[in-house]
Amino acid sequence: MSENVRELSFSGAVQEALAVAMENDPRVFLMGEDIGVYGGAFQVTGDLVHRFGEDRVMDTPISELGGAGVAVGAAVAGARPVYEFQFSDFASLAMEQIVNQAAKMRFMLGGKVSVPVVFRMPCGSGTGAAAQHSQSLEAWFGHVPGLKVVEAATPEDAKGLLLAAIEDPDPVLVFEHKLLYKIKGHVPEGHYTTPIGKALVRRQGKDATVVAAAIMVHKALEAAEVLAGEGIDIEVIDLRTIRPIDTATIIESVKKTTRLACVYEGVKTLGIGAEISALIAESEAFDYLDAPIMRLGGAESPIPYSPILEKAAVPQTDDIVAGLRNLVKGRI
Amino acid sequence: MAAKSATKSVEQGRNLRPFYANHTPEQLKEALRRMWLVRRFEEMAEESYIRGLTHGTMHLSIGQEASAVGICLELTDKDYITSTHRGHGHCIGKGAEVKYMFAEFFGKEEGYCRGRGGSMHIADPATGNLGANGIVGGGLPLATGAALAIKKRGSKDVAVCFFGDGANNEGAFHESLNIAAVWKLPVIYVCENNQYGMSVSTERSTAVKDVATRAAAYNMPGVIVDGNSIADVNEAMTAAMERARNGEGPTLIECKTYRTRGHSRSDRNRYRSKEEIESWKGKDPIPAFEDELMALGILTQADVEGVRAGVEKDIQDGFDFATKGTNPEPSSLLRGVYTTGDAA
Repeated sequence: MSENVRELSFSGAVQEALAVAMENDPRVFLMGEDIGVYGGAFQVTGDLVHRFGEDRVMDTPISELGGAGVAVGAAVAGARPVYEFQFSDFASLAMEQIVNQAAKMRFMLGGKVSVPVVFRMPCGSGTGAAAQHSQSLEAWFGHVPGLKVVEAATPEDAKGLLLAAIEDPDPVLVFEHKLLYKIKGHVPEGHYTTPIGKALVRRQGKDATVVAAAIMVHKALEAAEVLAGEGIDIEVIDLRTIRPIDTATIIESVKKTTRLACVYEGVKTLGIGAEISALIAESEAFDYLDAPIMRLGGAESPIPYSPILEKAAVPQTDDIVAGLRNLVKGRI
Repeated sequence: MAAKSATKSVEQGRNLRPFYANHTPEQLKEALRRMWLVRRFEEMAEESYIRGLTHGTMHLSIGQEASAVGICLELTDKDYITSTHRGHGHCIGKGAEVKYMFAEFFGKEEGYCRGRGGSMHIADPATGNLGANGIVGGGLPLATGAALAIKKRGSKDVAVCFFGDGANNEGAFHESLNIAAVWKLPVIYVCENNQYGMSVSTERSTAVKDVATRAAAYNMPGVIVDGNSIADVNEAMTAAMERARNGEGPTLIECKTYRTRGHSRSDRNRYRSKEEIESWKGKDPIPAFEDELMALGILTQADVEGVRAGVEKDIQDGFDFATKGTNPEPSSLLRGVYTTGDAA
């Protein structure tokens, strides 16, 4: 019983995944800025340097292109590096190595190498860190064949997806929404993986499907609770993997509920919601739709500093409630 | 190729410079053979292009063969290299077979990259060749990372990063050399300074006269060699290898050289004079090496001619092999995008 309710924070779950991976596989090591004695900008690596030593928890210079690229090179040469970007925004400094090298190397070389590198990507707004430290860039990387992109909503999946990413033979970007680091939840002990490429229905419902990831899953679940009081029954899908996307689960759900809302923090235009909308429009689920597809995404602006504006820049629970109410009752 | 053995080296006691004293006649002959292979491979590749047998582009290293072969002479299959868009020489220097290179050129399944890479991505991971790279400076972090993996497994191997003068102005150069020096990684940075980044001379692009002087900023040795002398190149490499294997960290070797062909197929040579090109053709590293080998009595004229004839046969056989290769099936397009789910 007590084992079943063991709770960890999201960041604690990530740290536990890193520890389990390093215990199980001597090839696994961590690289990043201030991940050693400092413990990481968000205290995710914490005291791992004391448990595993500086050779496996390596502080890098402030040098994202070099650090990320060294991780890619080490992966090709047989190591299992996990590179932490202090903020996922800084991956823009390392795009060359992620997009041109890591993503394409196996393909360009005729399938003769694998690039088992993991990039940890703390992302998202809500911390008052303004425009260069708050972005949600999952869709950028999801656009690149050769990369895999995952994003957990719960501590349990944070651990399971990260372990799956580290054991995966291909490059995986693991997005971690910063506002989730402190949430707590059940986390199984020891080793387990959450499969990459599988979404999860977090809440069953019959009136509309919400597809969301990371923090938006929580907001969607809150919205669903509010709407349940009004007799509206919402199904919430936790995407968990952005690439490769689990089309089957989404199509199945939309056929049942006949309505679709895509809720995501990244900028609305050309974002994750565009892809999900399109895949439904192209699928047999299209004929089941009783309302136009709805997208609730980030504003067409950089993330502002002012807390009032910052909230206005990404979908909040109230926005989701209003949107879904309209989706279910407003039309048809 | 490596594994020089002092026992059978060119006779001792003749006051030969280390390059000749420390390699066997067989090793030196093989080095000459590889230089010719690079030259003839590229000439044949150029001809194939002109005849319409290949598409895309290619970057020829004709005139730069001494640095590719002189560096790789010391490497085994366990040592890594990363290469550049001008990488045919590095590939052959590292031991690649020209028939699979031609096949790659012609976009065939038999090619090193099954026709997916082409000239700019030829690689042979099985022999430590992590590939040519289409991004200027792209290989710098990769070689540095391969060196980190070597250090972590505690072996005495090294990683070599070939790059051009153009790459030394990329941020990846600064970041990679700094990390390698801080972590004392067994990596050797080989700058083949052929004096032009596409059309812009180093004089117009680079604030220092010699790329090697930038090594001082990373607290590592910066060595300038005549890149058209295989002996000069190899002796600098030997010292850098020793330093890397002793755990002392990286070295930057700058090979001063010249490409006598244009940057790529689109180049009309408007940025340099015919006289300049002709003067460098007079410093061709291959005949210079042949002359030295014969002057030292290491090879005879007949030996040299034998090497050239052998190369001609390899080139012709390789070309024939490649032209008979298999075209990829369109249905196989997605193979190699991911490891998971890949049908080997």
